Amino acid sequence: MQEGGVKKVFEAGALDDARAIMARYPASRERSAIMPLLYLAQSIDGMVSQDALREIGELLGITTAEVEAVATFYSMYRLRPTGEHVVNVCTNLACKLRGANAVYEAAHEAAGVTHGMERSDDGLFTVHEEECLGVCDHAPAVQVDFCNHDEVTPERMRELIASLRGGAVPAPARGPVFANFRAASRALAGLEEMPVS
Amino acid sequence: MTFEPRLTRNWSNADVIGLDGYVAAGGYAALKKAVAMSDADIVEVVKASGLRGRGGAGFPTGMKWGFVPRDTGKPTYVVVNFDESEPGTCNNRELVEREPHRLLEGTAIAARAIGCETAFIYVRGEYLWQSIVLERAIGEAYAAGYLGADVAGSGTRIDIVLHRGAGAYICGEETALLNSLEGLRGQPRLRPPFPAVEGLYASPTVINNVETLMNVPDIIDRGADWFREVGTEKSPGTKMITISGKVERPGNYEIALGTPFREVLDDLGGGMLGGGTLKAWTPGGSSTPMLTAAHIDTALDYESLSAAGSLLGTAAIMVMDETDCVVDCAQRMVAFYAHESCGKCTPCREGSWWATRVLARIEEGYGREVDIPLMHDVGKNTLFRAFCALADGTASVINSSLQHFADEYEEHVRLGRCPMRDAPVEAEVVAS
Repeated sequence: MQEGGVKKVFEAGALDDARAIMARYPASRERSAIMPLLYLAQSIDGMVSQDALREIGELLGITTAEVEAVATFYSMYRLRPTGEHVVNVCTNLACKLRGANAVYEAAHEAAGVTHGMERSDDGLFTVHEEECLGVCDHAPAVQVDFCNHDEVTPERMRELIASLRGGAVPAPARGPVFANFRAASRALAGLEEMPVS
Repeated sequence: MTFEPRLTRNWSNADVIGLDGYVAAGGYAALKKAVAMSDADIVEVVKASGLRGRGGAGFPTGMKWGFVPRDTGKPTYVVVNFDESEPGTCNNRELVEREPHRLLEGTAIAARAIGCETAFIYVRGEYLWQSIVLERAIGEAYAAGYLGADVAGSGTRIDIVLHRGAGAYICGEETALLNSLEGLRGQPRLRPPFPAVEGLYASPTVINNVETLMNVPDIIDRGADWFREVGTEKSPGTKMITISGKVERPGNYEIALGTPFREVLDDLGGGMLGGGTLKAWTPGGSSTPMLTAAHIDTALDYESLSAAGSLLGTAAIMVMDETDCVVDCAQRMVAFYAHESCGKCTPCREGSWWATRVLARIEEGYGREVDIPLMHDVGKNTLFRAFCALADGTASVINSSLQHFADEYEEHVRLGRCPMRDAPVEAEVVAS
């Protein structure tokens, strides 16, 4: 883990993954790999660390600042300590019209996250207000670790959180289920095919 | 308007998610036909069909393909815009969930038409499941020889690379998307040069929306005249719409372009939720000026909506009823643009940020009389004053809500509270 006192994010298998990601893009266009590499880093550390920003810069031959400029632009990269599970609640208009504000409040209460805080004191949850998640046909829309839950009521929100607290990941409305935020981040890097629930 | 479903005709067949089911339903016949055609002939058929881009701008697709220069010595690229992020819009999501190979086939035909060997699909990060559906479909298509070094035995190479975004509405703007794909911040680029000349990696590039490309296989297979049998002369074909909000049956539906909103609301949406009364609706996502109950007979096509003072946009209809406060809804929509502004242009970055606060003040019962002319001023000075159309979304919400619901704004200020609430929001809540 330690090399000259510096922790390496990408080592052994992770370094192979990083090289495989870079190989997806045309020769000399490796910088395009920056977004999946950030997801890969997030899957390893549960967030995008300063070490990861530097190492991605080294892999791509660009500065840490250039990597950080990209990482901070997008809302799906988390640059601060993040809960084991990330609960995203859409409150944009189509969901708001169907009662999303109450779902968002219920998520904070059930997860024990104070408004404006990054995560719950127990480190289990990060609750995030989302813009349109593209599930307006099943509003209010929620994602737990980027898996969709449809037509979520405040009561259902409390059930989802209670279930995660008990160690059981609830089955999503469609698609695969990911164990936590890290596992979902690995899939976002294009590295994991999960069984369909 | 009755017609045979096109993009949704296989939605009752769960097998078409896989390659075998898609081929059994006639899939990849168009690609086989296209690889035997000249690239110029493919472009001509698409031009003749009158297909217009379904992502919002409505630009003729065949013309876009025809703009790509072939003598630059650089590679050409097709980029699929699957960043679907316009509030209220989710039909691309369902199209891909149900029939991913139709998108791959349309993409491969577009690639063939402009001599492109590497196509990219840019999918928004939040569509994680849909991106996995596409990954699996791409794997199947390679294995079956519909992608790769020898597409359908033609000797033509076409690769498709999937690229996931990470939560940024602006990346649906095509030049911001290209920057994002190149590993930069997703900020729009100055045009010219247009992407057709200098797009991805400074090479000639066609960027098409998912629904646009999913229309292409049928156009090649059945012909331009067939495509024009549905829709209007200037807006031929069908259109996927999303209807959401206060309706009984929110969902994605395929309509003939030119269908009146009333039919969509009653027949597809199942009417107003709980028998409520229609108050306001967006015809094409939150960026398109909102309309009212007086516009219920407006036909949903590019020309009719333009004449009504709005836009077809992404055909995402969000429906508000008599219990919904227009100021409250406008505030939420504008807050979205404030969150998503890339920060490049002052009118967008500052206009959306300040408008969010002024609208919140009015809604919460602390509006001042000067706030209404102030909002007029912000709306006027945001529209068409920024680099890309994101700022116009902010302005459209402000301007259209002020235009159609001036009384409701004034009532908020006069009463010192939202007329749909009993009391102003408590000052300590506002301050937090």
